[in-house]
Amino acid sequence: MAELAGSASAARRQPALAAPPVLWAGVAIQVLPDEARFSLRLPKAAAATAAEVAGFSLAVPVNRYAKNDQRWSARLGPNEWLLGGPEGDGGAIAAEIEAALAGQIHGVTDISHRQVAFDVAGAEAANILNAGCPLDLSLVGFPGGSATRSILGKAEIVLMRPASAPVFRVECWRSFAEYVHAFLAEAARDCPARE
Amino acid sequence: MLLIDCPYCGPRPEVEFRCGGEAHIARPAQPADMDDKAWAEFLFIRSNPKGVHAERWIHQHGCQRWFNALRDTYTDAFIETYEMGTKPSRLPDGRTTR
Ligand SMILES: [Zn+2]
Repeated sequence: MAELAGSASAARRQPALAAPPVLWAGVAIQVLPDEARFSLRLPKAAAATAAEVAGFSLAVPVNRYAKNDQRWSARLGPNEWLLGGPEGDGGAIAAEIEAALAGQIHGVTDISHRQVAFDVAGAEAANILNAGCPLDLSLVGFPGGSATRSILGKAEIVLMRPASAPVFRVECWRSFAEYVHAFLAEAARDCPARE
Repeated sequence: MLLIDCPYCGPRPEVEFRCGGEAHIARPAQPADMDDKAWAEFLFIRSNPKGVHAERWIHQHGCQRWFNALRDTYTDAFIETYEMGTKPSRLPDGRTTR
């Protein structure tokens, strides 16, 4: 069995989706590189007072996004956060979270490979997302720093808008990635180009 | 689209939610002590009013939290939503409002 541990015979990880960028006037849809992702759950009392764990800001309101250097967090519910960082940091992030929360009841799950992320950027980005997402994506309804679980067509997504610029990040489970990408590409194709 | 006021996320489109049936039905503490008729009533018999109804809802494609709602089954208007384990500011007034 010794040879199985060597890098030559380690499992090769195939990307869940290798789609070329969709580039139309007013929108660009791109599959984002792999990242380390974690789902963090805390009990109600701890969640209410949580500040920062392993460089991730937890003290943001529900449905808000925060970024510290290369690590970002999205509070998806009163006691649930989606955490992300560079792919190579996965092991370090897990160890830092465990160290920071040692002795406290918590749940942390590595979901790095469960999800695929897309960038939907450009003046028409909100319109294209609205082809399948029922949220108000105007700057009033979904301002910079917003993040939430929602739906796109028949698939569940996490939608983030890091800043007020029309650049959205869409995450979905890998088995929905082809569908979500095709849905967005079709919406982009049907969108009247405005330049 | 109907907007439902999630206690955690605020007003959100109805397609993000699922209904979990009538609220405030306590599970019997000792099911083994109940006869079949009483157990069946607990499992299957609901008030089914025409009017204000207390229901459990989950924000399935959002914060994924369960909460309670008072909804008028005749008009489909949501009167109030409130967290699990809490009571509404008014109680459903029996079987009907009409
Ligand atoms: Zn919610």
